[in-house]
Amino acid sequence: MAVQGEAEGDRVEQVEGRDGTPVGRRAVLGMVGLGAIGVVIGAKVQSGVARALRPLTLNDRTGLASLLPGSGTFRIYSVTGSLPSRSTSQWKLRLDGLVDTPLDLNYQQLRALAPTHLTKDFQCVTGWRVSKVAWTGVKLADLLDKAGVRAGATHLRLYSFDGAYTESLTLAQARRDDVLVAYEMLGKPVTHEHGGPVRLYVAPMYGYKSLKWLERIEVVNTLVPGYWEDLGYDVDAFIGQSNGRSDTPVS
Amino acid sequence: MAATTSARGPRGSVELGAAPVSAATVDTQVGDRLVRFDRVERTLHWANAVLLLSCLVTGAAMYVPALSGLVGRRRTVENIHVISGLALPVPFVAVLLGRWRRGFVRDAKRLGRFLDDDWRWLRRRPRRSGRLRIGKFNAGQKVNAVLVAGLLPVMLLSGAVMQWNQRFSDAWRTGATFVHDWGFLALFVLTVAHIAKALAEPVLLRSMVRGWVSVSWAAHHRPRWHDEVVGDDPASEVGAPADGA
Repeated sequence: MAVQGEAEGDRVEQVEGRDGTPVGRRAVLGMVGLGAIGVVIGAKVQSGVARALRPLTLNDRTGLASLLPGSGTFRIYSVTGSLPSRSTSQWKLRLDGLVDTPLDLNYQQLRALAPTHLTKDFQCVTGWRVSKVAWTGVKLADLLDKAGVRAGATHLRLYSFDGAYTESLTLAQARRDDVLVAYEMLGKPVTHEHGGPVRLYVAPMYGYKSLKWLERIEVVNTLVPGYWEDLGYDVDAFIGQSNGRSDTPVS
Repeated sequence: MAATTSARGPRGSVELGAAPVSAATVDTQVGDRLVRFDRVERTLHWANAVLLLSCLVTGAAMYVPALSGLVGRRRTVENIHVISGLALPVPFVAVLLGRWRRGFVRDAKRLGRFLDDDWRWLRRRPRRSGRLRIGKFNAGQKVNAVLVAGLLPVMLLSGAVMQWNQRFSDAWRTGATFVHDWGFLALFVLTVAHIAKALAEPVLLRSMVRGWVSVSWAAHHRPRWHDEVVGDDPASEVGAPADGA
């Protein structure tokens, strides 16, 4: 019976068209081949596409340009159920822990502090990179100096008001000039989906260190790994020197 | 044709006597109905539909920025996506492993083979002139099937590089993401078009649920398949309008 079944199946070609061209197998194998080539050279193609589309994606109001693969725009990651939302008037930042005077800053007070402007790439650990993003904010180092870090403190714990996301930095990392408590991105207030009203921007490290929806900074004397770090990502997440990647550091 | 008779061989006839049309052998006639898809094919189709939709929906939730914000829950979405993706080949393998693959293999061969009238169908409008002798599947169905069949392994392979990325260079990881993104867009468009066509042609949609179409529908819309199953005089094909057109 099985043999007969096979024979019937084989004779399909006679049933459906001696005049036919069997393109199916060739097309499928061709696509798999193209896919494999795409994996190998796709990175180069992608950076070319991103460069070419840059003028378009920078000023895109519709969000449609970001749907093009390789457009070099942000992807939105959120670990909780919905985007946390807090207006600038509701927002507050607390800096506490091992400090002389805990700080409570509202949005206006934060913006009244000396601003720092940086224009640097944003590199995600999963591979996408947005080039030349303009950031404005207050240096984290300035806030730490204002509160006065006590002796014995070694690390920071950073908390998001999404209620789930946390991050960690060493004190030395936090004092770098390219680590901001940012309230502007690309010349506009940081939007909700990008972590507004206020987020962290840790320029030399992969994006998961740049915690979104910042609400609290705690100075501590021990390392407490953050959300993704608990799930296996490197704590010291310098671009090109961690997570098994060799990306070009941001300049 | 010899093949036509053997397709309705003794085993098929016995089954037809005992079983309802929904369980009958593919490409046979039961009363005024033609069996278009057997039970295995229909189960495969719907299992694949569920898994592919799960991949597309979770994929969209991670890929489209506006949806990412709405859905959130990145880890959960990611896990569902990866599990659905890895499960996608399972129904295919399960079907191919057994003797029950016969209907699927027959139809897979049909879908991959483009007849002369299929090329004409692709070039010509309006397509429903009735002059073309369309087989069991029209060229649109064949193009869709071939593209999806090619895209699925591409998505599986590029997705695997993204999932087990530690083993691969940065360039390969980025390349895999690039391929996976384009593949997503292509699959999304194909799936939307496929569903739209199915809704526009209820007879075909129902044939994937119940397994059969009426003989009269087949005679009009899939004449070549109709003649093959019903066993029309092969000589009539020679004089068919399409040959002269």
